[in-house]
Amino acid sequence: MLLREGEIRIPSGCAISGIMNKKGQVFSGEDIIKSIALMHDRSNGLGGGFAAYGIYPEYAEHYAFHMFYDDVTAKEDVEHFFHLNFVVDGSDRVPTRKVKGIGSGPEVWRYFVKPKEEKLSELELSEDDFVARLVFEINDTIPGAFVVSSGKNMGAFKAVGYPEDVGEYYKLEEYKAYIWTAHGRFPTNTPGWWGGAHPFTLLDWSIVHNGEISSYGANKRYLEMFGYKLALQTDTEAITYCFDLLLRQHKVPLEVAVTALAAPFWSDIARMPEDQREAVTAIRNLYGPLLLNGPFSIILGSRKGMMALNDRVKLRSLVAATKGDFLYVSSEESGIREICPDPDTVWAPKGGEPVIGLLEGEETL
Amino acid sequence: MSLDLLTPEFLIERDRNRCIDCQVCVRQCANEAHSFDAEEEKVVSKDEKCVACQRCVVMCPTHALSIRRFPLEFRENALWTGRTIKDIYKQAATGGILSTGMGNDKPYPIYWDHMLLNASQVTNPSIDPLREPMELKTFIGRKPEKLEFKEGKLITKLPPRMELDVPILFSAMSFGSISLNAHKSLARASQQEGTFWNTGEGGLHKDLYQYGGNTIVQVASGRFGVDPEYLNAGAAIEIKIGQGAKPGIGGHLPGEKVNWEVSETRMIPEGTDAISPAPHHDIYSIEDLHQLIFSLKEATNYKKPVGVKIAAVHNVAAIASGIARAGADFITIDGFRGGTGSAPLRTRDSVGIPIELALAAVDTRLRDEGIRGLVSIISASSIRNSSDVVKAIALGADAVYIGTAALISLGCHMCQKCNTGKCNWGIATQDPNLTKRLNPEIGAERAANLIRAWKHEIKEMLGGMGINALESLRGNRLMLRGVWLSDRDLNILGIKAAGE
Ligand code: SF4
Ligand code: SF4
Repeated sequence: MLLREGEIRIPSGCAISGIMNKKGQVFSGEDIIKSIALMHDRSNGLGGGFAAYGIYPEYAEHYAFHMFYDDVTAKEDVEHFFHLNFVVDGSDRVPTRKVKGIGSGPEVWRYFVKPKEEKLSELELSEDDFVARLVFEINDTIPGAFVVSSGKNMGAFKAVGYPEDVGEYYKLEEYKAYIWTAHGRFPTNTPGWWGGAHPFTLLDWSIVHNGEISSYGANKRYLEMFGYKLALQTDTEAITYCFDLLLRQHKVPLEVAVTALAAPFWSDIARMPEDQREAVTAIRNLYGPLLLNGPFSIILGSRKGMMALNDRVKLRSLVAATKGDFLYVSSEESGIREICPDPDTVWAPKGGEPVIGLLEGEETL
Repeated sequence: MSLDLLTPEFLIERDRNRCIDCQVCVRQCANEAHSFDAEEEKVVSKDEKCVACQRCVVMCPTHALSIRRFPLEFRENALWTGRTIKDIYKQAATGGILSTGMGNDKPYPIYWDHMLLNASQVTNPSIDPLREPMELKTFIGRKPEKLEFKEGKLITKLPPRMELDVPILFSAMSFGSISLNAHKSLARASQQEGTFWNTGEGGLHKDLYQYGGNTIVQVASGRFGVDPEYLNAGAAIEIKIGQGAKPGIGGHLPGEKVNWEVSETRMIPEGTDAISPAPHHDIYSIEDLHQLIFSLKEATNYKKPVGVKIAAVHNVAAIASGIARAGADFITIDGFRGGTGSAPLRTRDSVGIPIELALAAVDTRLRDEGIRGLVSIISASSIRNSSDVVKAIALGADAVYIGTAALISLGCHMCQKCNTGKCNWGIATQDPNLTKRLNPEIGAERAANLIRAWKHEIKEMLGGMGINALESLRGNRLMLRGVWLSDRDLNILGIKAAGE
């Protein structure tokens, strides 16, 4: 029997694309679907997905849980668990339509919840820490249940299939978001488990990722020291937790996180002014285990913006463009020109050089 | 000959067609295996004196000599081998403890040889170290839990640390157990290659203070040569609690080896035995160790990392965790195959555990406790080549110490007689006629060459794995697969079996 993600490590290649409106103006999912569909050949039909920010304004302060259920028991167990820990203010089946390219999959449900006050004070945890802990617990202990996303005013939509079919399946043209990211997957072998598709998410973070990192084993074992459970054994999951650890838990500035994950070479560090040299040396010394080694391009999404990043020697393609208030990033320039034929600027960011798009008024992701 | 019942271990074969009776071998063999028979006017040999150090073989101008194992003379017996029988003869003749030099030579499993490395194919590219940067820079020292920034500026102060260009250091070997020329060779090689050497427990010779920036000064139970100047001379301090070759016991440098230079460096009278007690008499518990660590930090103004070296024994993981919590900046774990200038044979051969298992257990334990990021681990013993280094780092070491390999680079031929003081290669001896055989300039060059060669090889292997910075290999056990190992072994090593 083929093992599914989490039971075995499956490498994959891919396409990624992202669009954001810096003013926070929302737009439908049609463009992102077009962009990722153009890069059809970079996927092989074994996984596609989207992350969208700003889609649930009526529940903006609730944690929006998107759930996969393999069976009814899983659903009952999770709902019981939710009612123990959360105030659940809304729930429904995520609307889907029949699409030729998407086979049978899990039941997809969503819930809008707030942590119960008494639970927070009992455990002395912040809301985010509490929710993160429960996400790990569900994935770890409830068989047949998988948390697809758990952030506020955002959601992830993914399935086994080509990304354009996944978009149609979830009726993404009906949602309006100010940030959309997308992913088409080319795994080298997979039993086709929906949970294994991208984006991977935790709280507000979502990651779509192309590449395979050779440092996975080192990254994983370091993250585990901080309580992360790498249930899926995928690079994407590890990268998400790297950002979560640095940005949310250790609260380091975004540039510092980027320096840790796509560190400059020692030969370049030697030429930096003293202050900077000292800081970068400390970052590499301390956060060396988080360095992502090997080819990757990623788009990290959060409620406050998005960032695209390449590995430090740029072993994967990544192109960025702007047009008015819009920022585009994509594996290929064609993925941008398909939806924005006449951008103001287009460039290929250097290895390790992040493309950061922040919503107006925000200072970090 | 007295009746000690011993037969020779080796056979000296002299090709009489080649021998020109020049007596080079007579002068080269400190064991006096060769002599000139004036009456017969020819050189003759005594097999029983030979230790197979190969010095005469190498030096003979006509290649007339060869040394072979003495043909098996005992009747075959799997239990009572020649070696076991001879050990009994020796003890029956002397009533003494059997003493030996160098590391455990018994055929215990060598786990390095049961672990294989990974390489990239298709899904991620391998990297060519000749075209792309390949970084081996390594820091040894304590680290804070996290970095803090204020207005984008780093405000966390990092504790003192050693910065290495390669993850390989020269292991502790004291002046006394090895010669000053050997120390000079290692000190210079360290400076040349951007790494560190370790004084061992015998102090630092005054000529070597100039290499302080590349020196780790050791503080052991005998406290030989320890004063404030010594502590401040090095780049780091290592407290030696135990040694892999002889866990649980101290050391003994016989008075004959304590010439005036050793005496001055060790700060003991000439010709007296230098005895290191088994325990530090001020460390009977982990709290005491904590105090010593901080006394040494006080004495050096918190400017030097202070590490602790322990032998790999059964509960090494718990001990290491205690040491990390006691404030050590690095922990050195010395496996049961580690070398020694002199050790009781039975202790050397039967006490302690393999470094591979010890290292894996310590790394796992510190990670389980969430403190692995705070301290550095140096793995010592049985590193024979660059792939052993790579495997040690993938198991979880920050860097490795090499001792035996370093001595071999200086010319050691592994005769295992370091305890006799008659090292024909000028290494494990203080006899001026022998020590002058090791030219420190050539020695430094050879030791540096070895480090450089391994550095290139490590880069090749890293590149093959698609990794361009060593930190991405550290503890990355997915890069290892086991062959011929039990499930239990795999479990302790934390690696999968080949094919999984
Ligand atoms: S001890 Fe060494 S030098 Fe002496 S005979 Fe044997 S091999 Fe030759
Ligand atoms: S150091 Fe000298 S005595 Fe010791 S094993 Fe090597 S050659 Fe023999």
